[in-house]
Amino acid sequence: MAGVNRQVLPGFSLTLGYTLFYLGILVLLPIAACFIKAASLSFDQFWGAVWTERARAAYLLTFGAAFVAAIANLLLGLLLAWVLVRYSFPGKKLVDSLVDLPLALPTAVAGLVYAGLYVENGWLGQYLVPLGIQGAYSRLGIVLVLIFVGLPFVVRTVQPILEDLDPELEEASASLGATRLQTFRDVILPTLYPALITGFALAFSRGVGEYGSVVFISGNMPYKTEIAPILIVARLEEFAYGEATAIAVVLLVISFSMLLLINLLERRSMRHER
Amino acid sequence: MSADGPSVGHRATAPGSIRQAQQDPAWVRWGLISIAITVVVILVVIPVINIFVSALSEGFGVYCDNLFADSDTRDSIMLTLTVVPIALVANLIFGLAAAWAIARFEFPGRTLLTALIDLPFSVSPVVAGLMFVLIFGLQGYLGPFLRRDGYAVMPYLTSLPAVVVFIVTFFLLQPRREKERRGPWKHPKLALLAGSAFVFGLFCFGQQYFEVWPRNQSLKIIFATPGLVLATAFVTFPFVARELIPVMEAVGPDEELAAVSLGANGWQMFWTVTVPNIRWGLVYGIILCNARAVGEFGAVYVVSGHIAGQTDTMPLRIEKLFQEYNLPGSFAVASVLTLLAIFTLIAKIKLERKVPSADDHPAMRNAPEAGK
Repeated sequence: MAGVNRQVLPGFSLTLGYTLFYLGILVLLPIAACFIKAASLSFDQFWGAVWTERARAAYLLTFGAAFVAAIANLLLGLLLAWVLVRYSFPGKKLVDSLVDLPLALPTAVAGLVYAGLYVENGWLGQYLVPLGIQGAYSRLGIVLVLIFVGLPFVVRTVQPILEDLDPELEEASASLGATRLQTFRDVILPTLYPALITGFALAFSRGVGEYGSVVFISGNMPYKTEIAPILIVARLEEFAYGEATAIAVVLLVISFSMLLLINLLERRSMRHER
Repeated sequence: MSADGPSVGHRATAPGSIRQAQQDPAWVRWGLISIAITVVVILVVIPVINIFVSALSEGFGVYCDNLFADSDTRDSIMLTLTVVPIALVANLIFGLAAAWAIARFEFPGRTLLTALIDLPFSVSPVVAGLMFVLIFGLQGYLGPFLRRDGYAVMPYLTSLPAVVVFIVTFFLLQPRREKERRGPWKHPKLALLAGSAFVFGLFCFGQQYFEVWPRNQSLKIIFATPGLVLATAFVTFPFVARELIPVMEAVGPDEELAAVSLGANGWQMFWTVTVPNIRWGLVYGIILCNARAVGEFGAVYVVSGHIAGQTDTMPLRIEKLFQEYNLPGSFAVASVLTLLAIFTLIAKIKLERKVPSADDHPAMRNAPEAGK
């Protein structure tokens, strides 16, 4: 549909030019600056910054916590999407809209309130801490806030696919003698794989970059509860710009690879649909 | 590519359309429903209630004092109200331009450009802040220059928008029909080049002549408001464009083509056809962008420098009060942001029904690009 209009509709060169200009100045130039700065470091400096014991602990925690949280989001998201599409119950609309709250709520607010809830005298902590579950100032706390910020992604990628699912598939499966569980496992679940993977990847990459909420709940202890973005800030506060940039570049490269992966997966699943 | 935020137009299935074979046993149904509700209550509902209870724990009077009597908190609210609108308007203009170029025209690299617009979503906010420190910070690439004579750049910077205004006016006043193009429009390239140079020179010279900007003074970008605006604009960069592109594609170009063929110029077409058609998508994008801009923490944290009363936005103020063990004050600021989030959510639900989606436009149903 696009393409025939360039001779007729006005403003092509103007809008495209401005788009490229603004994108270049605000996004591409800063990203380039980050890579140029990292390239100006010698290999030893770079390696010395990104492969210290403290940095390794931070990567492990960042990606580990984001991974665990994304797995949790995968399960919870599938459950929520299923319940929201298939069942009707009082308050369904409210639950449906509350799923989006993590997108609208500032992450600092989420971190603040989660830290307050899970400390020893908090609303939830008073029951959990005696059981030995430390939800605040611990790795568990980091996973908890990451589950919160990532909650909408899987739900919102799976929901539309589940809605569009052809009911005849399930009718056919049932008439051929499959139980409900078999139908779900062998018929429904495979059609949801692309959406589940996309949602997982989105939640994961969001979790890797998350800073605002984690800084409140983690306690930021080096080697224990320090995620990579917190390490970058710590390096910046020591005015070690080179080291901070080196760690930032590691994060950038990983998130860009994630983005590429998501795009490839989406393209593949779109080809399957056709 | 769907990164941050769900796509606009999903529809709930009517309960009546669930067929016999899709029906789960009652115990499965109610078991799953109660687990789902428990999850949402623990993850979302309890925290939201807790925010308001904690904020009001010492009474409404103290709550108001925490918000308005503390001068640093007041300043942080004012700063957020300054930074967010600027970033919002900048991203709004960009979003309109990008949506027009991408949804209405075909050009090489269109898919790549669409993907590049999403790039800021995959950059960790802290890294985004770091980038601006690397460019504008004291030890950054532009640092020495900014410190020595930072304001020298202002005449050029302010002349650029003037040139943009000139170019836009030139195109808007250009008659649509080739035959009617006279004078400057007969040689558009030449006229644009000469006119831009003239406008640029005039503005630069004028500002130098009247000494609008101080000389040999350092211009602070990092640890000052401009840096906060840049960081916020970077993080919220994709929102408006991402919402507008699918809406514009769904609406289709037919009405705009009709307007132009009936003799409307670009300006008239934009205000009387395009904007009314996409208005709900526009409002939706602005609301989402606003919510994220107000709440942005990581990027702003790095560029702010935490000067109380000067560079603390509301989320940063929350953190500072938290560090000072002033929890009621911290929760009071948080409650304001939570109210905004709830308002955003309500507006989102109301608007989702009004935003045209790809499904509404029959011609788009089979197009592979429809969902993007």
